[in-house]
Amino acid sequence: MRKLIFIAPTVMFVVLVGLFAAQLLSGRDPKTIPSVLINRPVPDFALEELPGRGMPLRSSDLKGEVSLVNIFGSWCVACAIEHPFLMQLKQQKAIPIHGIDWREKNPMDGLRWLQKNGDPYTRVGLDPDSKVAIDFGVTGAPETFVVDKNGVIRYKHIGPVTAEVWEQTLKPLVEELRK
Amino acid sequence: MKRLAVLALSALMLSAPLALAVQPDEMLKDPQMEQRARDISKHLRCVVCQNESIDESNADLARDLRLLVRDRLTKGDNNDQVMQYIVDRYGDYVLLRPPFKMTTLALWAGPPLFALLALGLGWRLYRRPAGARPDDAPTATPLSAEERKRLEKLLRTEESGS
Repeated sequence: MRKLIFIAPTVMFVVLVGLFAAQLLSGRDPKTIPSVLINRPVPDFALEELPGRGMPLRSSDLKGEVSLVNIFGSWCVACAIEHPFLMQLKQQKAIPIHGIDWREKNPMDGLRWLQKNGDPYTRVGLDPDSKVAIDFGVTGAPETFVVDKNGVIRYKHIGPVTAEVWEQTLKPLVEELRK
Repeated sequence: MKRLAVLALSALMLSAPLALAVQPDEMLKDPQMEQRARDISKHLRCVVCQNESIDESNADLARDLRLLVRDRLTKGDNNDQVMQYIVDRYGDYVLLRPPFKMTTLALWAGPPLFALLALGLGWRLYRRPAGARPDDAPTATPLSAEERKRLEKLLRTEESGS
């Protein structure tokens, strides 16, 4: 009984090390906030088009086929990182990608950015004051939502969509949802 | 000179937290309403910076959330409704004070439980007198008849000898 008291600190230490190691090795980023919107219909919204681009984005546009909704902005550094891969997805006709151009100071900024870097989006809506971004529970850019045929949010990816993210997570889910 | 510089620097550092994140153009005209907005904002986590409330944060999204809080208030929502509006979009995570429910039971009940456990354990160790530890105490076997005889004899010689 008394010996137990002496080995207890060691046991506790080992348990703690185990816990920390599990957290570290899981690769889970504690900064990512779990979305409460998963398996809920997309919020009701109607965004303006980028000036002269046409094809604005409304919630009703997200029904009918599986699509990605990508939150981006010309000011967003990580968006530039994922951009070439989104262009690649467009070239492969992998999936329709819709954009929400978030928090541009000038409505032209996003348009110019797309003209310079290429435009991977089918529809793009302008959200200068975060109205729709907040409805989507957005915490930063880029964020990408997988929306199913019925306009229900099925997944949220925080951070750039890379080839790895697409192959391992998004693509299998999209294929599953298309069935 | 150096002392003056240190003084100036500490004054600067002390004054920094006084700077407000809430910009004058965000504020509501009605001071009572503004106070309610401030109270709500203090309990909502800025989702970009995470350990600040939206009331303290200079992040753009925090500003938009502050404006949203004020917008909801002017539209006639009560404080709880405004909170719920944000929670519906961001989850309980945005509440700086987590709600008490099944998923947060360990969070709320854990610390007092551990404190009680520690107190109980400490009390038991403290109360137990040093001699009363059965595992430590040497086992005393009674003297055999032969030993008693020898002891008596020794004691007697001691008495007569002195």
